[in-house]
Amino acid sequence: MQAAFFYLLATLAVAGGVMMVSVRNPLSGAFALILSLCSLAGLFAMLNAEFIFILQVLVYAGAIMVLIIFTIMLLNLRKEELQEAPVGWLRLLLTATLCAVGAFGAIQVFGTIEPNAATTPMEGFGNMEGVGRLMLSNWVYPFEVVSLILLVAVVGVVLLAKKVI
Amino acid sequence: MIGLHHYLYLSAILFFIGAFGVLFRRNLLVILMSIELMLNAVNLSFIAFSRYGTATMDGHVAAFFVMALAAAEAGIGLAILVMLFRNRTTVQADDMTLMRD
Repeated sequence: MQAAFFYLLATLAVAGGVMMVSVRNPLSGAFALILSLCSLAGLFAMLNAEFIFILQVLVYAGAIMVLIIFTIMLLNLRKEELQEAPVGWLRLLLTATLCAVGAFGAIQVFGTIEPNAATTPMEGFGNMEGVGRLMLSNWVYPFEVVSLILLVAVVGVVLLAKKVI
Repeated sequence: MIGLHHYLYLSAILFFIGAFGVLFRRNLLVILMSIELMLNAVNLSFIAFSRYGTATMDGHVAAFFVMALAAAEAGIGLAILVMLFRNRTTVQADDMTLMRD
């Protein structure tokens, strides 16, 4: 049962990713990416990470993808503007080989990692209370830095999006 | 039985699909979306290690930070893209040669 779910979600995630990098229209690509992100949310749920699962659906598949789709529609690109410069077969082959070698190498490295023997998660693993407590105790300084980065990003976006600086 | 390795292999495959998109595509919107996919693949590794490796929730916190940074990155990246489009009416990375000319 678990295996069936894993392979279904993994197939959807990979298919969404492949579609995203291969279709020409960025809007179709964005929808393919949403499929991929939602499948990843399902995988997070399978890994007992319910807080991250909720955030993935809300923040990633919700907010960030809405922002991207909004920008795509705002730009209102015509067909000739979407036309990418013709790519040589050599470049496609080289890039694909590079990425395949990279993925193969990463899988080799990951294969040597041994999982921990005691793998039954404790009570309340990954829920909002547990993650929140950890975030505001051990990780409180990184948390503050992240909030500062978000503030800087907001100011930066407002400045960049102004017509006249 | 699905274990740590399954998730890690999937994470590696997704990461390099995203890397392929960044290296191969010339449309800035697609490049930004590929970066999002790469960040998500890394998040999957974090969560899988958290569940099967350390059995603590530190990986969840790290994934949360990655999400916050991804939101900031998407906002800034799209703002820069809109500004470039306003000035040069193109979203192709090959046409962005302001620093080279």
